[in-house]
Amino acid sequence: MGKVLMKGNEAVAEAAVLSGCKYFFGYPITPQNEIPEYMSKRLPEVGGTFLQAESEISAINMVFGAAGSGARVMTSSSGPGISLKQEGISYLAGAELPCVIVNMVRGGPGLGNIGPAQSDYFQATKGGGHGDYRVIVYGPASVQELVDLTMDAFELADTYRNPVMILGDGILGQMMEPVEFSFPENSSPAPKPWSTSGARGRKRNLVTSLYIVPEELEKHCLKLKAKYDDVAAREKKHESYFADDADIILAAYGTTARICKAVVDQAREEGIRAGLIRPVSLWPFPDAPYNTAADHAAAFLAVEMSNGQMVEDVRLAVNGKKPVHFFGRTGGIVPAKAEIIAEVKKILGGGRQ
Amino acid sequence: MKKIFSRPRSMTDKPMHFCPGCTHGVIQRLIAEVIDDLGIQEDTIAIGPVGCAVFCYDYWDVDFQQASHGRAPAVATGVKRVHPDKVVFSLQGDGDIAAIGTTEIIHAAARGEKITCLFVNNSIYGMTGGQMAPTTVVGQKSTTTPRGRDRDLAGYPVKMTEMLSVLDGVVYAARVSVHNPANVLKAKKAIKKAFEVQLRGEGFSLVEILSTCPTNWGLSPLDAVRWLEKNMVPYFKLGEYKVPEEKKHEEIAVAEVAG
Ligand SMILES: Cc1ncc(C[n+]2csc(CCOP(=O)(O)OP(=O)(O)O)c2C)c(N)n1
Repeated sequence: MGKVLMKGNEAVAEAAVLSGCKYFFGYPITPQNEIPEYMSKRLPEVGGTFLQAESEISAINMVFGAAGSGARVMTSSSGPGISLKQEGISYLAGAELPCVIVNMVRGGPGLGNIGPAQSDYFQATKGGGHGDYRVIVYGPASVQELVDLTMDAFELADTYRNPVMILGDGILGQMMEPVEFSFPENSSPAPKPWSTSGARGRKRNLVTSLYIVPEELEKHCLKLKAKYDDVAAREKKHESYFADDADIILAAYGTTARICKAVVDQAREEGIRAGLIRPVSLWPFPDAPYNTAADHAAAFLAVEMSNGQMVEDVRLAVNGKKPVHFFGRTGGIVPAKAEIIAEVKKILGGGRQ
Repeated sequence: MKKIFSRPRSMTDKPMHFCPGCTHGVIQRLIAEVIDDLGIQEDTIAIGPVGCAVFCYDYWDVDFQQASHGRAPAVATGVKRVHPDKVVFSLQGDGDIAAIGTTEIIHAAARGEKITCLFVNNSIYGMTGGQMAPTTVVGQKSTTTPRGRDRDLAGYPVKMTEMLSVLDGVVYAARVSVHNPANVLKAKKAIKKAFEVQLRGEGFSLVEILSTCPTNWGLSPLDAVRWLEKNMVPYFKLGEYKVPEEKKHEEIAVAEVAG
């Protein structure tokens, strides 16, 4: 299959279908409406089901039922809708059900606006719902990466029996880029003997997050922790861009990382040794490359479309070795190359402007 | 000796956790009997609520998913869409179905999901210790209506079966009770009919079952069944609110008018 020009939202949806996702439950919200619209057209063609739910709460619980029944299933939304899904995500994590959740982040808090934002980072990577659980989170930076990471997300969800989130933003969902769909090796998922399908010729299966006896819940939580440790050891992903000899390392993901690449290019033209370390997995956060870079770089600059959320993970990774600065725009505003470069120069001593 | 009574096959031998005199256990058993009668134990997926019935997976030997509070109809929808050939049913309390989960039940019913929802109405929040429920009757005392439910402050009980029966997706809707043997038998018939509607793929079915809560009502088991009969039955009228035949008649009537 050659390259096709596609909108990010539609590309995510097609990638899901090619990954064997047969069920989609969702509720409309801008800027991700092309995902449910595409699914409503596409899923019946592959013998799947698209259902428009009455709310995001219902949608995520339909996802629970379908995931518990052994299907590959997806839902998508944006900020306010993802907030409503949090109860369900906690239950999915507790019951160890695999599914893929897409958040095309918009400006918040509250109703905010429909501009692109990265202000749901805390919610996505630090819990969001109640209890001791983790969601695997990817932060794609192009339409092609949206496709590739969505395909990976279904695999990972099944492998670890855990929800996986694709954390995009309004720009990624709406922009068109050429993409290539490499067919995933495993588009028919492995059988899930733990799922509910009617107890025919076997002992019955129970899908639950309830462990009423404290000792049993502790055991369950420790089992989950061991799984999350395993994920953290194996699934960290990042991209380094001119980071090896850099005096200043930018840290940015998604749309912001693309702008930061342009910043690095221009800085290098001007003789400033800048580099970028871009986390691709946001949880688990790729801490090692930052910590290693702290041995040679003088400073770090986290750039986000928020008031500073991922910067906390960068600081944890750098662990006090070097100063970690922050620059952000929020409210649906995208940081401009020029203002980031100005920030870089300020950090490196100001005088060269 | 001839065996004339035994535990239903689809029921486990685990001792029930319900309070003495609570009629919940009767309902759990009726459901198991119906599953046996219809021979669907291996084709059934049950969805449990949050409430006193939260441990019902301990009592039925069928595939089971535990939903969050009020969301059982949405979970059941997800299950049924993946396994359209299986029997999918939920059991929910009044707080679960008529307060926190009203959205989910109304829309599952409106979509005509081919699932069965069984609704245990005990007019109180049992599991959390006896607070007001959406079905607490006017004047009824609870831990959050210490002077009795005041209609000016807390309004009126929700009549779910009446409300749901007006939706076109609903094929069968009935309210029954388990306060005496005659009604227990009627309740079983209604539950069976509801499952049969699903087995025939006709649409959504609902059975509301009036049940006692001696502990939180502060009554002896015997007084509790009397209280139910005297205070709940007059408000929550028993009977079939919608049956498949009626649906057919309606359609014929509409067709005649239109044609
Ligand atoms: C989101 C959420 N809110 C509140 C609770 C606490 N809670 C557990 S059971 C229950 C009420 C159950 O009442 P009902 O549905 O009438 O069932 P019963 O216990 O009477 O059988 C509540 C409020 C919860 N578990 N989850």
